Amino acid sequence: MTQKFRLENGGLINRDKKLSFKFNGKKYYGYEGDTLASALIANGVHLVGRSFKYHRPRGFFGAGVDEPYAIVQLYRNNETEPNIKATEQELFEGLEAKSVNCWPSVNFDIGAINNFLKIFLPAGFYYKTFMWPKSFWYRVYEPFIRKAAGLGVASTKHDKERYEHKYEYCDLLIAGSGPSGLASAYAAAKNGARVILAEDKPRFGGSLLTSDVNIGNQSGEDWANSIISELKEMPNVVVKNRSQVFGYYDHNMLVMSEKVSDHLPKTKKYHPKQRLWYIRAKEVLISSGSIERPLVFGNNDTPGVMLSSAAKEYLKVYGVLVGKNPLVFTNNDSGYETAIEFKKNGVNPIILDSRVNPQSEIIDEAINLGIKIKFSHVVVAAQGYKKVSSADIAKISDDKKQLGTLENIKCDCICVSGFWTPTIHLASQSGNKTKFKEEIDAFVPGTSKQKETTLGAANGIFTLEETLKDSFIAGQDLSKKITNNDNKISFPNVVEKKSSQHDKFWCVPLPKGKSYKRFLDFQNDVAVSDIEIALKEGYRSIEHVKRYTTLGMATDQGKTSNLNGLQLVSDIENKVVPAVGHTTFRPPYTPISIGAIVGREVGQHSKPTRKSPMHSWHEKNNAVFVDAGVWLRPRYYQQGSETLFEASKREAKNVRTNVGVCDVTTLGKIDIKGPDAAELLNRVYTNAWLKLPVGKARYGVMLREDGIVMDDGTTTRISENHYHMTTTTAQAANVLSHLEYYLQLVWPELNVNVVSTTEQWAGAAIAGPKSRKLLEKLLPNNDVSNEGLPFMGYMESELFGVKARIFRISFSGELAYEVNVESNNGQFMWEKIIELGQEFQVQPYGTEALSTLRIEMGHVAGSELDGRTISYDTSLEGLISKKKDFIGKRSLNREAFTSSDRQKIVGVVPLDKKTSIPEGSHLVKDAQAPLPNKKLGHISASCWSVEHDNPFSLAILKDGKNMIGEKLFVMSPLKNKVIPVEIVSSHYVDPKGERVRS
Amino acid sequence: MLHIKCPHCGMRSQNEFSYGGDASVKRPELNKEISDEEWDNFVYNRKSLRGKHLELWQHLSGCRQWIKVERDTATHEIFNTYKADEEIS
Ligand SMILES: [Zn+2]
Repeated sequence: MTQKFRLENGGLINRDKKLSFKFNGKKYYGYEGDTLASALIANGVHLVGRSFKYHRPRGFFGAGVDEPYAIVQLYRNNETEPNIKATEQELFEGLEAKSVNCWPSVNFDIGAINNFLKIFLPAGFYYKTFMWPKSFWYRVYEPFIRKAAGLGVASTKHDKERYEHKYEYCDLLIAGSGPSGLASAYAAAKNGARVILAEDKPRFGGSLLTSDVNIGNQSGEDWANSIISELKEMPNVVVKNRSQVFGYYDHNMLVMSEKVSDHLPKTKKYHPKQRLWYIRAKEVLISSGSIERPLVFGNNDTPGVMLSSAAKEYLKVYGVLVGKNPLVFTNNDSGYETAIEFKKNGVNPIILDSRVNPQSEIIDEAINLGIKIKFSHVVVAAQGYKKVSSADIAKISDDKKQLGTLENIKCDCICVSGFWTPTIHLASQSGNKTKFKEEIDAFVPGTSKQKETTLGAANGIFTLEETLKDSFIAGQDLSKKITNNDNKISFPNVVEKKSSQHDKFWCVPLPKGKSYKRFLDFQNDVAVSDIEIALKEGYRSIEHVKRYTTLGMATDQGKTSNLNGLQLVSDIENKVVPAVGHTTFRPPYTPISIGAIVGREVGQHSKPTRKSPMHSWHEKNNAVFVDAGVWLRPRYYQQGSETLFEASKREAKNVRTNVGVCDVTTLGKIDIKGPDAAELLNRVYTNAWLKLPVGKARYGVMLREDGIVMDDGTTTRISENHYHMTTTTAQAANVLSHLEYYLQLVWPELNVNVVSTTEQWAGAAIAGPKSRKLLEKLLPNNDVSNEGLPFMGYMESELFGVKARIFRISFSGELAYEVNVESNNGQFMWEKIIELGQEFQVQPYGTEALSTLRIEMGHVAGSELDGRTISYDTSLEGLISKKKDFIGKRSLNREAFTSSDRQKIVGVVPLDKKTSIPEGSHLVKDAQAPLPNKKLGHISASCWSVEHDNPFSLAILKDGKNMIGEKLFVMSPLKNKVIPVEIVSSHYVDPKGERVRS
Repeated sequence: MLHIKCPHCGMRSQNEFSYGGDASVKRPELNKEISDEEWDNFVYNRKSLRGKHLELWQHLSGCRQWIKVERDTATHEIFNTYKADEEIS
């Protein structure tokens, strides 16, 4: 394979390093420094895909981030990635890519039938047609559309690549390394400012790499290289290529995506594939340049029609000809620059200029080179299906309304230039209200909103001299404010050719009797006729027109289409463009990979994993773990081939008959100290706290101000002014914030300090009828009898030399104790309990058995305290003090909270005593009632009662108080179950609570 | 992401803070007889202001202090930040 369109020499590629790659299975060669696009064009490949709606053939339109067509599926190092722009993807050895949006192949695409049926696919077609009949959507339309459409396939494999996030601060962030970026960065760096200069392409220099200019007696490219080398040597400057600043957020925070390894065949060891930079900048300089605007004519989407600036870039940077018989169609002088480059490389272009008689240095140069120029001429339509083969051209009247006789001329590419659109996305994202600049028919940034300054072409300044002057001054002034240095830099001498005024003409009228598609949005296939239909149908707001036609809604965000779309709407509506306004620019400027956004927060790194000090013991003893918030807790300890159900039943049963031990380290713990600690508790909990003696624990419930239960737990008075509060695992952080809120803001007069001690204490709950016997062994020197350590009692002790806190509290409903030791002694405590408990048949139990025990006792937990229930609903109303005020009390007399048929917690048992009841199911009166069947309540928690050996559930049921003994149905549409049940008391075991006091 | 000056710690990123709503809300005194309307205003009714708003934030992953922030709800401009007990002129 020869690279037929590669010039003998020239370009910035490395011709010493030949690279092989595959496109759609066929092998080609390119050079190091190519993009996939430049290498394909060098090989004469112009058909790369199919368009989104009509499946028309697609080639290359641009040479960078603005590319609407050449999106490919990339294969690299056994991974695949969709939505890759061939114009941005750098070539590496062994690269493989495939076309997207074509089926079965790019050359024979079944969806192209849409093109012949295009009369059926006008604007709003999807909205109108696929809505009826409704059932057709799922069966017919959607599967077909899904198969035929799409811009590639996401990998379903785990992404083995590594993505990093980086946080950075700087004085000046400069987005874009063209002339304005280089000049401002240089001036600011010389003043000692901390500068980050970001360039999205691999090469620095922007337009300087392709324009014929001279700065300080050097070519533009040489000047750019010398500035960059100097900047790279400066310690206060970070220079980053392959780095796209894609989002401008509040308070001058910008986000930049750095493609660290995408240009390599394989990511190097310990390197990330991409790195996302969060940059907080004191000042931002937007030097993002401009994008050439297309001209609109018939079949202007045919492969071979491309931006003239792209043709010039392929030629000057890559040494590649986009065609050997080019036609240049322009309304300004930029097209001439491209034509001149062709001519200098031995190719004879023809220029069609819509202007009547323009005059400038550039035009003179073209004339002197002998380039054929036709003024007042336009391309009416491109001809050729998979590649341009000729063009219908015509003379156009001065008022641009009448076309002369059509003439067909042969060509193999059409390079278009409709003048330039400043890239104002970042400025607009910062909140800057943009303004329309009549002279350039485009929007430019208005008054700065944040600390941002837009320079050069992005600001609508298209001459090099003015751009460099503005940029040196901006860099100097902004850095001076920050560093107080004032290094004067002498402006270099600039030589550039003067341009003449561009033509406001941009859309070629249709010749009589022809109905060519004239495209505005090349990625979403939006044509002039679609906008016309939308306006005829009454859409006026540009935001509505955009959504109805999908103009500018593709992954390129309308970089090449927005302004022409606006221009068309304003022409039809007889308005001026600024009155139509533009749609909102939102980040990201260009698609960013999900991997980069997620960064290192994946898999085990998505959240910190918290483990108790006894974790390794659990691991060694076959614990199966479950996520409890960020904690890992043993769910059950597997013996042999036991299932979860069998193991949890065994563990729970052992607690009821012997003694079990459970790791309760994860419970939230808050240390409360100060003379007003009791007063704080009295205001926070619903029950009374002022008279709790030292050495006693009490159960408490706290509410939110709206009366809903927030959390529950026991709090123990350790000494006169010292309390130990426990919270549920899930609410630990919220309860601490809640206490801090009241102490700092509402009652600052209370002299109390609170601090989390969750991680300072390791906890073990010892529960079961034999728990006292075990405790006696653990604490042989203490009186732990029912008198010595009564229910809700507390003592401090030593457990074989280790300081321990002993609480007689119970979650299981059995006689139980909780032992706390400092975390580093947790494992020691646990092993002692297991060792000394052998004679009492002690067994560890996990969260599943813990739940079983609390459910059959009717103890409420997170599934009942779900942010919708009040004390009454959870049968905690007995803990509401009538004598004192507390947080949320005033809400409790709200009408709904006091109604006589208020929901309440009940127990639920299936009539057959066999069928398990799914959690979340609804309770209904009549299982046969038509849908929607009235819901009376829901199942909050289910277990297999080990005491009764049948299923048992808790439910929150309307008028639950009066429903005991009623027969209802549990319905679970999800599990397709209807279960007849009886409503019983929520206290299914030991309703009088005798065991805990025994 | 906002950049908030904690009066105790200095400039910090928003992700260290949690939002606490309107700072001008005063909790009614304990044990005081108040009307349903007053209570509802305290618990539920908030103005959804466009413009300058004095609000509470907690420096959760920092000093854990609740602070007051004067912020423009439309532009996110932060005019000033105060300690919980600081007089606001
Ligand atoms: Zn702080």
